[in-house]
Amino acid sequence: MALKRKIQELQKRREEVLQGGGEKAVQKQVSMGKLTARERIIALLDKGSFNEYDLFVEHEARDFDMDKKVLYGDGVVVGTGTIHGRPVAVFAQDFTVAGGSLGLMHSRKITKIMDHALKMRMPLIGINDSGGARIQEGVNSLAGYGEIFYRNTLSSGVIPQISVILGPCAGGAVYSPALTDFVFVVDNISKMFITGPSVIKTVLGEEISMEDLGGARVHSTVTGNAHFFAKNEKECFGQIQKLLSFIPWSNNEKPQKIASRPPKRDFKIEDIVPADPKLPYDMRDVIKAVVDDSDFFEIMEGWARNLVIGFGRMGGRTVGFVANQPIYLAGVLDVDSSDKAARFIRYCDAFNIPIVTFVDLPGYLPGVDQEHAGVIRHGAKVLYAYSEATVPKMTVIIRKAYGGGYIAMSSRHLRADFVFAWPSAEIAVMGPEGAANIIFRKEINEAHDPEKVRKQKVKEYKDKFANPYVAAAKGYVDSVIEPGETRKLLLHAIEVSENKSISVPRKKHGIPPF
Amino acid sequence: MELKKEKNPKEYLNVDGTEYKTNLPDSYLHRQKYKMPELNLVRSFIPGTIRKIYVKEGQKVKKGDKMLVLEAMKMKNRLLAPLSGSVKKIHVTEGENVKKDQVLFEIDTESKQA
Repeated sequence: MALKRKIQELQKRREEVLQGGGEKAVQKQVSMGKLTARERIIALLDKGSFNEYDLFVEHEARDFDMDKKVLYGDGVVVGTGTIHGRPVAVFAQDFTVAGGSLGLMHSRKITKIMDHALKMRMPLIGINDSGGARIQEGVNSLAGYGEIFYRNTLSSGVIPQISVILGPCAGGAVYSPALTDFVFVVDNISKMFITGPSVIKTVLGEEISMEDLGGARVHSTVTGNAHFFAKNEKECFGQIQKLLSFIPWSNNEKPQKIASRPPKRDFKIEDIVPADPKLPYDMRDVIKAVVDDSDFFEIMEGWARNLVIGFGRMGGRTVGFVANQPIYLAGVLDVDSSDKAARFIRYCDAFNIPIVTFVDLPGYLPGVDQEHAGVIRHGAKVLYAYSEATVPKMTVIIRKAYGGGYIAMSSRHLRADFVFAWPSAEIAVMGPEGAANIIFRKEINEAHDPEKVRKQKVKEYKDKFANPYVAAAKGYVDSVIEPGETRKLLLHAIEVSENKSISVPRKKHGIPPF
Repeated sequence: MELKKEKNPKEYLNVDGTEYKTNLPDSYLHRQKYKMPELNLVRSFIPGTIRKIYVKEGQKVKKGDKMLVLEAMKMKNRLLAPLSGSVKKIHVTEGENVKKDQVLFEIDTESKQA
């Protein structure tokens, strides 16, 4: 009967540790609209699939009376489970235990589960809710962060890494999420910054609330640090589950194929795009008109909105979409949209996801602020990412493809595999107005009626060059297609590209313009 | 996130002489407009306290001369004359607390030869 007693002791020990920071701390957590660390994991994973490890880990800190303190689980819950029936590794910081602060053993629990995720080739999901470094543990807590960052980098492009910010994430702690693939935030709960409001006030005299400095909305619309915004934790977990339905479990796999479904009838592709290239439309409607079930899962929908990125399925296969968005800033490329496009292209390339690019842009955003913000090096990221990507690349030129914008948006010259153009496409070195003013400057200026001649020359240029046929004559465009044929041709292109294989020069790695 | 549904934009963006109908986001409307640098105006680069002023109005200074000490974050920062000329105006007094980007003094380069 001795074993029974030992089992009882185990049960008692478990019960103790599972209290976390105790009833009071848990109540406080709940009152802020937050679930506790274990509740979060259970809500996210398949029912009954979670197994926790390192429950009995204890810290070894001795200074500042830490030897008298018991911190259950050392403030973090780690384990494995399944989502959509497939394995995932997860950690969740427990704010009820010492504010989720990161000490040496806390970080060792995290790095242990990170090592598992990489070894077993499964996604890693990190739920961040922490006051930051455990100051009492000194340089040991800094070492902990560094060990996490190193593993984030090692795993990057091998397994999916997802960060969920469900509380504060400040100082050095922000860099683990920043190194991962996708960052999820929740309104009024997520707070991320390097230096907080009080330090900013002391040093610079600038007053700002935590929410306005690094709240969920700020990171979803201003900084571009977050990829998904949710109103509450439940919605956030739904978004994570949906994202995981699109992506493969490692860079050795392709995304899982499901049954093909036709787009919904509400999206009639011919009726979406105005013929006048100066008039806008919502590019997402074009994407919805070609993807299975019109289900387009947009990423970073609040930031750099002049460019749209996201996942959809075509013929049951996951496709990454990159598209100019004419309803914002006329769909131009600029510093932020270049950054947004480039990173997503590299994600798709790393994880074997074909890229479909829809083109309709007048060029780059003019302005001193853009030039001084480095639009040259940021814009170069798009060229780099498309050129480097070896996954199947399909391009559809819908209307404007002018100048550098034409080259950058997955042109034949950067090795797009298939380039289609609608009859409304205008592939030219610049828009007709600008081009006519330069080419015919002398004739316009010397005319009796300059305005009349100018209009005439714009029309001449437009008739001759503002079409897809000049580029098609050179083979830069493979096929001029009717809008209604877009889905059929893309499906075919994706199918024939299934076993695409190209070789590039051997190198350790390139030097992209980060 | 309640992003405004802006399917019918009413604003315009000019690219290469063509006006495109579109929405102009806040980040564009509130962008930092370029200002020509005013080298003769010296501003505080950080909020702090003026500890010492070495010059008087009307005094001739050479580029690199000590002008004043701005203490901030327990550091005493010596501010130097950016140009040669005369001190046109000193806008602060010793002991005064200054904000970031506040004009501290002006240098007149016109009267340099006078």
